[in-house]
This record gives sequence, structure tokens and C-alpha cells, in this order.
Amino acid sequence: MGISKTTRRVAMGLVAAAAAGLASGATAGGHGIDLSGKTVEWVIPFSETGGSAKWANFYAPLLSEALPGNPTVVVKFMPGAGSTKGANWFQEQKYEDSEGTLIFGSSGSTQFPYLLGDPRVRYEYNDWEVVLASGTGGVAYLPPDLAGQMDGMDASALRETDFIYGSQGATRLDLVPLLAWEMLGLNVEPVFGIKGRGDGRLMFERGEANIDYQTSSSYLKGVTPLVEDGTAVPMMSWGALDADGNIVRDPTFPDMPTFKEVCEATEGCETSGEQWDAWKAFFIAGFPAQKMVFLPAGASEDAKVTYTAAFEAVKARADFAEISGGRLGKYPQMTGEAATGALASATQVPQAAKDFVTGWLQERYGVSLN
Amino acid sequence: MEVISVALPALSDAAGLILQPIVLGYLVLGVVMGLCIGVFPGLGGIAGLSLLLPFMFGMDPVLGLALMIGMVAVVPTSDTFASVLMGIPGSSASQATVLDGFPMAKKGEAARALSAAFASSLFGGLVGAMFLTVFILIARPIVLEFRTPELLMITIFGLSMVGILAGRVAIKGIAAAGLGMMIGTIGEGDSAGELRMATYDMPYLVDGLKLVIVGLGIFAIPEIVALLRKDRAISDRKPLGGGWSAGVRDWFANIWLSVRCSIIGVIVGVIPGLGGSVVDWIAYGHAVQTTKDKSKFGQGEVRGVIGPESSNNAKEGGGLVPTLLFGIPGSGSMAIFIGAIALLGSGNIEVGPSMLKNNLDITYAIVWLLALANVVGTLICIAASGGIARLTTIPFSLLAPFLFMIIAFAAFQSGQDIMDLVALFAIGLLGIMMRRFDWSRPAFLIGFVLSNPAETYANQAVQIAQSRFRKSFEDGIDYIFSPIVIVLIIITVISVVVGLRQAKTIMAEGAVESGSKRAPLIFLLVVLGYLLVAFTNAAMIPDYAAADRVFPRFVSGVAIVGCVILLVQMMIRPETHALFADREQEEDSRFGLWSTLAWFAALLIMTALMGFVLALAIFLFAFIRFRAGRSTVFAAGYTAAGIAFICSMAGLLNRDFPAGLLQEVTTLPWPLG
Repeated sequence: MGISKTTRRVAMGLVAAAAAGLASGATAGGHGIDLSGKTVEWVIPFSETGGSAKWANFYAPLLSEALPGNPTVVVKFMPGAGSTKGANWFQEQKYEDSEGTLIFGSSGSTQFPYLLGDPRVRYEYNDWEVVLASGTGGVAYLPPDLAGQMDGMDASALRETDFIYGSQGATRLDLVPLLAWEMLGLNVEPVFGIKGRGDGRLMFERGEANIDYQTSSSYLKGVTPLVEDGTAVPMMSWGALDADGNIVRDPTFPDMPTFKEVCEATEGCETSGEQWDAWKAFFIAGFPAQKMVFLPAGASEDAKVTYTAAFEAVKARADFAEISGGRLGKYPQMTGEAATGALASATQVPQAAKDFVTGWLQERYGVSLN
Repeated sequence: MEVISVALPALSDAAGLILQPIVLGYLVLGVVMGLCIGVFPGLGGIAGLSLLLPFMFGMDPVLGLALMIGMVAVVPTSDTFASVLMGIPGSSASQATVLDGFPMAKKGEAARALSAAFASSLFGGLVGAMFLTVFILIARPIVLEFRTPELLMITIFGLSMVGILAGRVAIKGIAAAGLGMMIGTIGEGDSAGELRMATYDMPYLVDGLKLVIVGLGIFAIPEIVALLRKDRAISDRKPLGGGWSAGVRDWFANIWLSVRCSIIGVIVGVIPGLGGSVVDWIAYGHAVQTTKDKSKFGQGEVRGVIGPESSNNAKEGGGLVPTLLFGIPGSGSMAIFIGAIALLGSGNIEVGPSMLKNNLDITYAIVWLLALANVVGTLICIAASGGIARLTTIPFSLLAPFLFMIIAFAAFQSGQDIMDLVALFAIGLLGIMMRRFDWSRPAFLIGFVLSNPAETYANQAVQIAQSRFRKSFEDGIDYIFSPIVIVLIIITVISVVVGLRQAKTIMAEGAVESGSKRAPLIFLLVVLGYLLVAFTNAAMIPDYAAADRVFPRFVSGVAIVGCVILLVQMMIRPETHALFADREQEEDSRFGLWSTLAWFAALLIMTALMGFVLALAIFLFAFIRFRAGRSTVFAAGYTAAGIAFICSMAGLLNRDFPAGLLQEVTTLPWPLG
């Protein structure tokens, strides 16, 4: 009893020390910038209606409170070419012109064309300075009759079925589920042309699609009622990353097996090798570091420190877990070193993985990126 | 009884949604704006809704709906002012009101005509809302069964109505809708991401043209330019006179006529595409037929006011049926309405089956708002009739620059790109020409709106059907030819056959005189040229992206055949034929088209040079000083007020203005920079 109490106190002390160290580390680099009376523009390269808009609209007022001088933070939308337009624009912005009053929010859809070498991409992630990285997860689900055919986590019985999946395009985030299902040996035909994942869910509800996936927040909102009604059964989550970069169960869905577990249980699906590495690389690029906030190229150390501290202050709010849980899900909101690490894992995909995916896209869907 | 158990709670939820002071406030705001828009002849629901579009981004859904429904519902009430007092139809839905309303005003019975009209409008509006409530209740279980083939079929049904819209020359309607659909395919294809009529060197086109731009360009700009060119000096306005209660008594004495005409309005409103332009004539015809003493019609017979006014408000309720249930626009203004709903909130609401399933409370909120807006609108019309009537005396040259300012700002919000303004100007020019040569603009807009659903539903239905056929032949047939699809096919065929037979008598936008052969022929050749280029462009899409090729090639193919038939007809027919309709022949315009357009071209060019706000200041001042001929002081005051208005609006919405070359070389403070 006494021992365990002591251990706990020590542990708490360590956490506190670490937190203090982090906080001082964050401010040690410089004096920070004062933004009083200024207006911070937060550019989102998507329209007002997407997930990035929700994410930015959630953070904007909190950020305004946390930044020194309490500047007004306004979210500006610059949609076009699946976010390439806005990202190309941001690439041309110089830090000196904005002095910390301009930040940019990227998403998985910004990362994928960058990774796949889309010729329209004229932006370079390495030029920008990351100050926040937000993660998310995803869940694949099936109609009950098909889910019943799975033998525990073994999906090989599903190989006889013709699957229809409502997809936004093979080069988008849908690449991750499509590749996962293919690795399991499932015969999934994507029906392209849907506008958002919500349309994919509707297609599933109408019985036209018989496999689907949603990102965590949409799953919680749109699919959980179906699961309760018995018209949908979760198949697997994509999982989450632990500190060592291993795929573990998604904290939001601890009872669901991850794709890795299902793959291991299914004959013919390998959790090593070229295909697995490619899947994992693109999963990491698309989910655990899906949305990031950047300062433009050439941002001063002071600005970086200021924004990092501000986002840390937002995270440290007593009510943060409560207000973010419903809107962002239980996912890491990374700052400082963690954000830099997330950026690296999201953008430095091994060439072999890129080559594999480009080749696969070309062969399987006839999509040529050049 | 599942119907009742789901609907009743939704109905009361909906009531709870709207019975909040702020929602009612937005409703009243929408009604007041609708009154102002409706009062001005030529401007109707389409122009009004287009102007509201930029404010819908991310707005709370219920508030946005209150604003829009308030506006849509009240236009057919307020357009009566222009019809009765000036003898000019306030909008296409009250053309028939002029026939007896204006003579009544001449006799000094304007107030009586107006109050009879308002009472009828109120009654018609309530009938429409009631019908909508019941219809949603009955149709909901069926609509929830809709899958992709059914959605595709209902889209085709919507498109099939465009031939009727075109009135005298059905092929013109098909060509107009085809052109609208082709404009809708511009940009990246949905299936394989191939470009259609666009290049990556012009990123603007890659995302396609936005509904705001097309709606404003096709409807608002042509009407505003036309009114501006006439620049009517309205001096012959009639005094209102007394007799408010007499009008209401007239309505009550003819309540059964009002009931029948309301039902006519609802039914005509339900048919996609027909909408407002014909309903008043049908109701007027009915009123004449059912009156024993027909001699007074045209001289100021109050039944000639009650009939059309009952029907044109009722049709809004009917028009919402295809809009809400299937996402098929019942009319031009409903096309904009659909686009606007997609912008509301965070984009979770989409009209059509999914809304009936997931947002039944919102669906019923729309119904309640519609009923409420009619009541509020009527009350305001009666209470403030003197003031509103005075609005009709504002010379249009003072109003036009203000409208242009808002339109340009609204258009810019769709893409935050100076190209938005260029596109607006280009589409506006197309709209002006379509109006001039009597090509159906609602058909064009419906084609544009339905282009995307038609393409994706077709592609998806084919793909899913293929997969079902692989399973078994029966499975595939069951999927494609479900009972609902078969019923829809039958309805489509019947409506096309009946519609084409009736179409000859329908003048959607009023009769247009024919002129010489040359001008209509040139316009046809330009349209044909574009379609040929688009066809070739689509044909060049490689095989692996065939899904992006089939639709534009098919549609442009049909439209090209239509244009060629028109071309042949033009060669054979005499100049007096309806083919050669040309508004330039009849409209006594004080100003030329090009000189009027030059003003706006100048605004565009100046914006490209020095940014929107500076350009606007120069434009407003110069326009009021020289074109409207007001004093320098007046012009300066007008300019200051205009700039202050637009800046406060932009500030409120956190929006930027288009920047020009000047802003690239120097850094200016907001709003200049």
C-alpha cells in the first residue's frame, strides 16, 4: 500500500517535471511574438463544409484566447483542386509579409498528392513550420450477413463476395481502405463519383454498397446508430500509432480489432513486406497525422514558440477533453517535438512505398499521376 | 401507423426549431428583403436567392432557411404592387394579375385590388404549405426506398420537363438544357478526374463553375441590364385609394374560386420546370371560365385578381415537393435553393431522400416557415403598403449600381478569385443573349444543376448494375427495373407527350416578337460551335477514364443534333416564325446594350487593376453622376453609403475583396488591400 502510493507520487512527480520541462522548453527558444490588435488568418484549402472546416472552427476561438495579445483568429477558406490550389498559394507566402498572422491547415488530401508526386503539386512540406498535428482514425464496417461470414478475425470467407464501395477516388484517402481490402484478398469494386464519405454511408444504407469505411468522428455520428439498429457491424479499425510507431488498437474503439490483427488472422495477408510497408506508410500519412497547422516558410523561432505554446495552452485547458471529445474524437493533438515527428512520418514515406502505390494505382485503376 | 408516429414528433420538433425569437427575426428579415426584391419589376425569387447565397456558407441551417423561405414565399405577394400599380408584372408569376389589377388601379380601386390580392395570396400560401405537409407524410415511405436507379430516373424526369419550359420551340429548350448540362460538366470529372473543357494552366476552371455565378449570371444580370436600359421613369403611378376591407370581402365572396385556384397552383407547382411562369395564366383562364359574366374581365374584375394571386403563392408549396423529396428543382429559384441548402451549416443537409430520412424536423421546419412567411408577408404588405408602393418609384438607375455591387461581391465569395468576376461577366453575357433570343433560361439552369447528379447517378447505376448482373441476371433486372423505376418511366413518358402537346400555348416568359434572321442565327451558331468544341474535347478523353467521357459526349451529341435541327428550320422558315424571337424588336430601350455593359466591363477591368473597393468607389460615383445624372454631392453620398455598406458586410462575414495589380505591388490596409 505504502509502496504503491509512493510509486504513484513519484510517477506524478515525473509527469509534472516532464510537463514543466516541456513548457520551459517551449518558451526557452525566444521571447515569443505579441499579436495584440492583430488578426490571424487561418487558411483552410477546402470549402466551408468539410471536416477541415470543423476542425479549424473548433480551434480558432480557443487559439484566439491562448495567443499572446488575444488576436482575432479568422478561418479563411480557399477551396480548389482538392486543396492543391490553397497549398500552392501558401507555398508562395513569405513569413516576413505576415509576421505570424498567417497559418495554414493541411489535411490528408493535401499530403497524398504530395507523396504520390502529382504534377500539380508545387508545395514542399519541408519548407513549412509545423505547430500542431491532429490525428484521427477510421473504421471499416459490413452488413450483418457478411460480417457473420467472418470467422473471428479471419476474413478469408469473404473472398467469394462481390463488394461494392462508394469511393471519392483511388488517389485520395480512400487509397488506405482499398489497399487494405485488397491485401485481405477481398474483391472490392469502387464506385467513384461520390462527394464525401457521407454519400458512401448513404449508399451502404440503401443496400447498394456492401462495404464502407468512415473516419472516426463520422463513424461515431453516422454508423453507431446503424450498429445499434443491427444494420451494420464494424469489421476493423485502421488502428492508432503508439510512441514507438507500432500499430495498436484505436483508443476511441478499443473493442475493435485493427486491420493489422485481421490481416494476421487471414491467410495470405502479410504484415510485412513491400505491400504492408506501403499500406502502413500511407495509413500514417493519412490518419495519425491527418491535419496539421503550419507557419509559412522562413517563420522565426519566436513565432514557432508562440504558436506551440498557444496550442499547448489550448490542450492544457481543464475542459479540453470534454469539448474536444465530441468534435475531434480521442486522438493525440501533437505539438512541439511530437508534431515534428508526426510531420516527418507523414511526409517522409519511403520511395519503395511510393513506387508500390503508384504502380498499384496504375495497374489496378488505370490512374496515371503524370 | 409508423407514418404518424415518426411524423408527429418531427412536426412538433420542427415547430420548436422555428419558434425562437432569432429564427422569427431572420424570417422577418427574409420577408422584408423578399418584399423589396418582389416590388421591383423583373426581379424575382431567383435573383433574390442568388444574392443571399454568399451568406449561407456555414450559417446555422434553421436561420438560413428562415431567411430564404421568407424571401421565396413573399415574392409572389409583393410582386402584386408592380402589377397593380404600374401595370408591369412584378415577376413572371403575376403576369395575369396585371390584366384586371391595373384597370382596377386606374379606376381608383388600387387598395381594393391589393387587399383582395393579399388575402388570396395568404390563403394560397397556406394551402400550399398544408399540401406540402400532407404530401411529405404520404410520400416519405416511398422516397426512402429510392436507390441510385430511382434517383437517376427522377433526375431524367426533371430534365424531361425542359422541352415544355421552352414554350413555342421545344427543341430550343432541349438545346438550352443541353448547353446548361455541358457548362455543368466543365472541370474535373467525378469518376476518373479527367478534365473537361479545362486545363491545369487555368486552375479556375478545374473546379467547374459555381451555382452562384451561373444563377446570378443567367437570371439576375440580364434582368438588371434590361431594366437599366429601359430606365423607365415611373410617373404614372396610381394613388392607392381606399377600400381595404372591400378587397377582403371580395376575396371571401369568392372563396371557392380561391380554393380551386390554390389547388391548381399546387399541382402546377409540383411539376418540375413548369413553376411560376404559367401558373397564373392557367388560374386566370380558370377564373374566366367559371365566371358567368365574362364581360368585365380586363376592365377590372376582381375575380381576375383573386384567381392568379391564389395560385401563385400556392405554387411555392407545390414547387417544394420535388425539391425537398427528390432534390429536383421545381423551378429556377428552387435550383438556387437546393444549392443554398448544401452550403448551410456544415454541409450535412442535402435535399432529397437523405433529408427526409435524417432531417425530417428540418424538412417540416421548411413547411412551417413557408406558412409563417406567408402570414408575415401579408401582414407587412398591408401594414406598410403605402411605403412599399413608394419603392416602385425609385428610378432603376439608382438601384442598379447597388445591385451590381452586391452581385459582384456575392460572386466573388464563391471562389475568392478575380476569375469569379470574369466568369460572372461571361455567363451574364450568355444570359443576356438567351433572354434576348428567347432561349429558356430556367431550362438552362435546371440542366446545369442536374448535370452532375445525372452523370454520377448514371455512372454509379451502371457500375452497380454490372456487379448485380454478374451475380445473376435476375438480380440485375430487379435492381434496374424496380416498380418505382417503372412507374417513373411511365410518368415521364406521359408528361413529355402531354407536355409537348400543351407547350405551344405556354409562354413561359411572355410572348416575344420575332425579328430578322441574322442575330438569332449568329447566336445559334455560337452555341453550336461551343457544343462542337466540347464534344471533341470530351471525345479525346482516353479509354481508361471512359466514365468521364460518356456523359459529356452523349449530352453534347444530343444538343448538337438539336441545334442542327434548329439550324435547318431557320433556313426554311420565314422571319416571322417564333424561331427568330428577338426581344430587341419590342423593347424600347433608351440605352444600347453595349454601352450599358461597358459600365460593368469597366468595373471588372478597374478591379483587376486596383482592387474591388477602389474600383467600386470610382464606378459608383461615375455611374450616379453621369449615367443617372445626379449632382456631384448626391453621387458622393451614394458612393460613401455603398462602400460603407459593402465594407460592413464583408467585415461582418470576415470576407476579403478581390485584389488587383495595385495590391500586388503595394501593401494597403483592409479593405483596400
